[in-house]
Amino acid sequence: MNRSSSLYIRRRVTNSVFIALSLAAALFGLVWLAFILGALLTSGVAALSPTLFTESTPPPGMAGGLSNAITGSVMMSVGAVLLGTPIGLFAGTYLAEYGRHARLSYYVRFINDILLSAPSIVTGLFIYEIIVVRMGHFSGWAGIASLMVIVIPVVVRTTENMLLLVPNGLREAASALGAPMNFVIQSVTWRAARAGIVTGVLLAVARISGETAPLLFTALGNNNFSTDLNQPMASLPGVIYTFATGPYEDLHKLAWAGALLITATVLTLSIIARLLEGKKRN
Amino acid sequence: MTDLALTDTAALSVRAESARRAGNGDKRFRLLALGAALLVMLIFAGVIASLLIGAWPALSTFGLPFVWTEAWSPTRAQFGALASIYGTLVTSLIAMLVAVPVGIGIAIFLTELCPRHLRRPIGIAIELLAGVPSIIYGIWGLFVFAPWFQEHVQQPVINAFADVPVLGSLFAGPPYGIGVITGGLILSIMILPFISAVTRDVLETVPAVLKEAAYGVGCTTWEVMWRVAIPFARAGIVGGAMLALGRALGETMAVTFVIGNSHHISASLFAPGTSISATIANEFTEATDAIYTSSLISLGLLLFVITFIVLACAQMMLRQLDKQSGT
Repeated sequence: MNRSSSLYIRRRVTNSVFIALSLAAALFGLVWLAFILGALLTSGVAALSPTLFTESTPPPGMAGGLSNAITGSVMMSVGAVLLGTPIGLFAGTYLAEYGRHARLSYYVRFINDILLSAPSIVTGLFIYEIIVVRMGHFSGWAGIASLMVIVIPVVVRTTENMLLLVPNGLREAASALGAPMNFVIQSVTWRAARAGIVTGVLLAVARISGETAPLLFTALGNNNFSTDLNQPMASLPGVIYTFATGPYEDLHKLAWAGALLITATVLTLSIIARLLEGKKRN
Repeated sequence: MTDLALTDTAALSVRAESARRAGNGDKRFRLLALGAALLVMLIFAGVIASLLIGAWPALSTFGLPFVWTEAWSPTRAQFGALASIYGTLVTSLIAMLVAVPVGIGIAIFLTELCPRHLRRPIGIAIELLAGVPSIIYGIWGLFVFAPWFQEHVQQPVINAFADVPVLGSLFAGPPYGIGVITGGLILSIMILPFISAVTRDVLETVPAVLKEAAYGVGCTTWEVMWRVAIPFARAGIVGGAMLALGRALGETMAVTFVIGNSHHISASLFAPGTSISATIANEFTEATDAIYTSSLISLGLLLFVITFIVLACAQMMLRQLDKQSGT
């Protein structure tokens, strides 16, 4: 009796300790994350001003904005998504439709998942070697290429996953009507998986809009407003990096404003992606 | 009507023609898809090939000792990777030590303890935070965390451990704020949402009947989690943690801001250091000598090899899990 009651107490104590630790972990994690968002909001909002969007990055001590960086980021992200999405879409289609059980697909999936989490600074080195060195100078195109290497694996993965969710009955019904496979894919399976594929593209945009490392030695940066993709190009994350690590107070402010802009963009994109996904489920 | 068409040779040939064209269209489409899939492989091969070619001048000059040489002196054209490798491994180790237990705690909280109506909002918040770009963690680490850490943690810790033999040298001053441990802690905050999200997803695959059966025989929550749910989900949790480790090892921006950029290995965790990715990010555009650039690319190659091994192991474990749950 005595023994079993002490066992009972010990189990109850262990359980309470465990629950307390788990609660503490959750609190601890959420508090840090709240701190980050809080600091971002207070410092970022304080630095917001209309000139952010109208003026280029200033030299230290002068007033200015981020217009060249915003334009550069938008141009390179859009370019990377426009060029990378078709490749990812077709590769994902191959994995889900033509080569679902092929030996090749096994390797492609494996390699793709590695590329999905590979350090972006290393893929940036790759683009530096094959484009910047060949062209002889840094350029917006090189920036686009380095972002493409990040976009493609994301789109491949989501496209395949979404196509696998399409019921086989749909494909069989279309094939039974005599439609060739490419027709089935284009007008039945892609259409059925559209929302999911769009979600994947949005996630890819969210992923690259904060990407810094590979741009440092592909697009480099540019203190003047430029839309020429053959020239070095400014990017929002690149500007944040240079300004934040520099010693100038007013440039720090611009860095915070840029950080707020990026986070707002990324969170908006993720929320839209999530809403799309939810709509599809219902 | 169809019978008519069958005897009509003209109509038949039109059909044959359109069927042939459809077949050709499919063939082209198939080739396009296959080409795109092969392109993914080609990118991977290209990354390895270009890194090997770029790294070759440095590797052939310094040989294998490049990996365990500490000296890094651009002016004397002497390069070794040890300080960078050390920084990468130590920051990732600190990040994992903090983030894995806390992340699992959050996941358990979300699946078992959290009030039902809070589960979705907190879960979504964590998933959204997993998507916040690493540069945000970097800038926050530099301007907010490092000064706070310097004043409220480093100074007291240095004073407290000054006379303790081993810990004293591990936590030796001066308190810069930035340093190896700061980099590790920022990394841990960055991978925390990722680990929590993955672990929660895996814990949710534990069949409810298993947990109910355990509760039914009188197990406490702790016993259900520790003896039933976590063993069931172990492969997934380990796979997810390794995926997070892969990210931590290759992470650039969250670390570069706060690690201090010093190529000197110090016993103290408070001392500034560097990591492979931080070295590349800081020095690549300044490197003018061919051998300097090549040494930085060699660092990139090393990083790629290390992360490849970790990520490949993670993939294997997660694949295994998919196979199990698929049957």
